[in-house]
Amino acid sequence: MIKNILIEIGLIARFTGRFFIEVFKPRFEFNEFLRQCFYIGNKSFPLVAITAFIMGLVITMQSRPTLVEFGAQAWLPKMISVSLVREIAPVITALICAGKIGSGIGAELGSMKVTEQIDAMDVSGTNPYKFLVVTRVMATTLMIPILAILADGISLYGGYLGCNIHGVVSWDLFWNQVFDTLVYADIVPSILKTFFFGFIIGIIGCYQGFNSSKGTEGVGQSANYAVVISSLLVFIIDLLAVQITDALNLN
Amino acid sequence: MANVNEHTPNTNTTENVITITNLHKAFGDNKVINGFNFNLKRGENAVVLGKSGSGKSVLIKLIIGLMKPDQGSINVLGDKVEKLNTSQLDEMRVKVGFLFQSNALYDSMTVRENLEFPLRRHWIKKSTNKDEVNNLVIEALTNVGLPHTIDMMPSELSGGMRKRIALARTLILKPEIILYDEPTTGLDPITGKEISHLMLDLQKKYNTSSIIISHDINCVEIVANRIIMLIDGTCYATGTYKELENSTDPRVKQFFE
Repeated sequence: MIKNILIEIGLIARFTGRFFIEVFKPRFEFNEFLRQCFYIGNKSFPLVAITAFIMGLVITMQSRPTLVEFGAQAWLPKMISVSLVREIAPVITALICAGKIGSGIGAELGSMKVTEQIDAMDVSGTNPYKFLVVTRVMATTLMIPILAILADGISLYGGYLGCNIHGVVSWDLFWNQVFDTLVYADIVPSILKTFFFGFIIGIIGCYQGFNSSKGTEGVGQSANYAVVISSLLVFIIDLLAVQITDALNLN
Repeated sequence: MANVNEHTPNTNTTENVITITNLHKAFGDNKVINGFNFNLKRGENAVVLGKSGSGKSVLIKLIIGLMKPDQGSINVLGDKVEKLNTSQLDEMRVKVGFLFQSNALYDSMTVRENLEFPLRRHWIKKSTNKDEVNNLVIEALTNVGLPHTIDMMPSELSGGMRKRIALARTLILKPEIILYDEPTTGLDPITGKEISHLMLDLQKKYNTSSIIISHDINCVEIVANRIIMLIDGTCYATGTYKELENSTDPRVKQFFE
């Protein structure tokens, strides 16, 4: 069991190492990269937006009673802005993307693998790793931070509506409190970690798909593992990120 | 059925386009190819016959460079495949087409994009304009009798049509050699026969040499100039369809019963 886990980690490390070699070598698959950005970014946006809005609203409504108890409901925008921007919006975005994009990549590449489409690409004078893996990993690494920034804004809007369900907070007051509270140390690390989330979701999805076997059963397994492993790694990266920001006195 | 198995190769039969010498390939302890020797002459259709799992598909994947041999040499049109680097392999693959068993059409692309893919990839350094590419795509589709499918998705096509499109994609670069991996598997007997005749027609038209992996004895009878029995990883027997059909060796005879 442990031996298998270590072998798997080694194989993922080698697969990731190959990414850093291939990414700098021509020929650059720019059109495929743009196509993947469109699919990963544009097509994931509605799901991320709805989830972020609901999370903003729910967190605000659930935090309010506690603050009311201490007579500190005026602090509600400050409190939710920090928790949403620092933690909830980036992590929820990453988890949604791990589910939607990671499984999609795992299943797509897995089915290409078992139907010999990857071999056909090789025979057609195309480096399949470069065409399929590099473009997708670059696209997830770039698009997930953008989705997370949009999720920050949308979840805060959800928070604004949440503040106004049982009280009255003006639009200007809400946003003034939000921007007075948030500092670069809140925003920059939270955006930086989403690049790592994006990278890990892309690389795990591609690794699982690229190494798929056992026919259609293997394709399902690849999609499943892509979600499970990348979700787990999102939390591990989040844990490391908070340790680093803590060590740097950014918390 | 027309007895076409005795048709003679239509060009210079003395020139070897593929020479395989003492080829070995193992997966763990399973020695799939074990000292295989073989020559393919220009214009010849050679069928490799063997049981499932006997290493037939591995053999042609070794020839095209999708797998590396453990030992031995594969010479394709003067190039030693095992010693080629990636760009040299790409150059070699322009001259060697490969028809995959599962057709391997790209699901996310239309028929046109599927056919354009190898053209654009292999010819990227050459000044191929859009009209030229379009004409080549239409020509390839017309050759397989499916010009009307040009804007369809692979999922909209029947099994036989997908096979024809895959054949068109293989032929679009006008290769000198074509490797067919079980071209009639999964097709009904009538469609399988049509595909076999189409392979023969296209071979004559483009003057190609072919290695065909097949279980389908009807297909073998139609297309084979020579049959190679791959048993225990070696070239167990070789001969024309009639010679092997009349063989007294039980291991050969079982394929023709």
